Amino acid sequence: MSAVEFCNVRKHYADLQALKGVSFSVEEGSFFGLLGPNGAGKSTLINAMSGLVVPSSGSIKVMGKDVISDYRETRRSLGLVPQELIADPFFNIRELLKLQSGYFGLKGAKQNAWIDELLERLALTDKADSLTHQLSGGMKRRALIAMSLVHKPQVLVLDEPTAGVDVDLRRTLWEFTRELHKNGHTIILTTHYLEEAEALCDKVAIMQKGQIKALDKTSALLSKHAYRYLKVSVPQSYLQQQAPLPPALQNLLVEDEASALVFKVDKEVALGEILGQLHQAQVPVEDISSRDATLEEVFIDLTADSGEVQQGEGKC
Amino acid sequence: MLNWAGTWALFLKEVRRFNSVAVQTVFAPIVATLLYLLVFGQVIDSKTDVFSGLAYSQFLIPGLVMMAILQNAFSNSSSSLIQSKMHGNLTFVLLSPISPLEFYIAFTAAAIVRGIAVGLGILIVGAIAFDLTWQAPHWIIIFAVLSAAMMGGLGMLAGIVSDKYDHLAAFQNFIIMPLTFLSGVFYSIQALPEFWQKASHFNPFFYMVDGFRYGFFEKADVSIYLSLSVTLLFVIVVSAINLILLNKGVKIRE
Repeated sequence: MSAVEFCNVRKHYADLQALKGVSFSVEEGSFFGLLGPNGAGKSTLINAMSGLVVPSSGSIKVMGKDVISDYRETRRSLGLVPQELIADPFFNIRELLKLQSGYFGLKGAKQNAWIDELLERLALTDKADSLTHQLSGGMKRRALIAMSLVHKPQVLVLDEPTAGVDVDLRRTLWEFTRELHKNGHTIILTTHYLEEAEALCDKVAIMQKGQIKALDKTSALLSKHAYRYLKVSVPQSYLQQQAPLPPALQNLLVEDEASALVFKVDKEVALGEILGQLHQAQVPVEDISSRDATLEEVFIDLTADSGEVQQGEGKC
Repeated sequence: MLNWAGTWALFLKEVRRFNSVAVQTVFAPIVATLLYLLVFGQVIDSKTDVFSGLAYSQFLIPGLVMMAILQNAFSNSSSSLIQSKMHGNLTFVLLSPISPLEFYIAFTAAAIVRGIAVGLGILIVGAIAFDLTWQAPHWIIIFAVLSAAMMGGLGMLAGIVSDKYDHLAAFQNFIIMPLTFLSGVFYSIQALPEFWQKASHFNPFFYMVDGFRYGFFEKADVSIYLSLSVTLLFVIVVSAINLILLNKGVKIRE
């Protein structure tokens, strides 16, 4: 079953087309990455799914229910951690969690116990009686995550949760989201840290200019990429007095590391052919290793390419 | 079916919000309004006979109470909404299963509570210090609640359409304040020149003040039923506009 289904979703603000007919679905139980450069439409799509934005046309279903006509059910199924760090000057963290629970009609000892658990799990117990503006950015982010989970939603959407947080907190948030995923939550994550998406997400969609540019399992997206990366280790002395490489090799060179040359090679080209060219150019090869593209490299290639949009499994 | 639990939670949140800064939201308006009573009541009391047999201070108290109810009900919903928009915490409510109608009920009910809390404070002091009568208390309650509901709704409308505090201040200073001061709080419109008497009939706040005052003295400038009809009409119109805007998500879900 699909946890979320987008069907030809469009959103325009005056002349700006923020979403240009987005269609895809997120399977229940998946850890889904929504990637794209700034202004690609990721947040608009997420806000439309959460009811913060009304789409101009198209439909969105969360756990099989329409976000417009069945909004009560969909909002009970969905938790959103917004990108902006939201503050409330009147209430402390525990009060905010209780108020948020109240909007969902949840109260009593059981709910209070769940709030205590959330505070503890997100290391907020000491700050439970603090006002939001007294908290650091990282603490505010944790509070927002707790707010999104008070009603135990099946689908959790995190809009750039690790933006501007330190390494420790980023690791903590990774562990926490992994645990939620393991417990059966469907997680939708937008992030600019592509190593984060690569490490966490089983499936990713790459958005650009309000459209889906690519959508596949993370592993498939990486292996389907037309290039591999060849790291050729050479002595440092060679790099210091390096003679120009022949144009055929120079065109493939993407990185000039301290003691290695990195070439971006079409997967169709045999490794032997490259080795032959290196030998002809009298490059003193010490070691050689090959790897598939990282998600970041796939992302850069896809978003730099203005070619045809791939809608993936985007029929609805 | 209404989500009463959610509506109640939002209502309580709104009441707790203004209560947490009660010095500013309740006690300061009470003191400010009592200063009007002190100055105008003491100075003009012996010189004016607004309604026959009624001291000016007696006439003034219900007007001041209603003015405080109107202004504070408006302030509550408008400032809460614009603050929530500016701080971003409105998002929490928008992500919840609270419907536009429930949102409207909760905000308006909280505005009524604040308006009446301030009004009650002034009324208690006024009743202790001056000889006040209560001829038809049911009209006092009806007009207090309906007028606060209308102004709570109007405040919400201002909060929805305003993008910044400046817009809200313009609404408050150029619309609410003049209409309140020209609604017969300080005078009976019978004392006005004919043109201004007629002009006052186009001011909806006049009917709220006049109907409210009727509850104290059973004397008014126009029929109590006309005042009730106009007040009810404005409650319905303001509520309908709010619900249309909230349902469409204008400036809220964009």
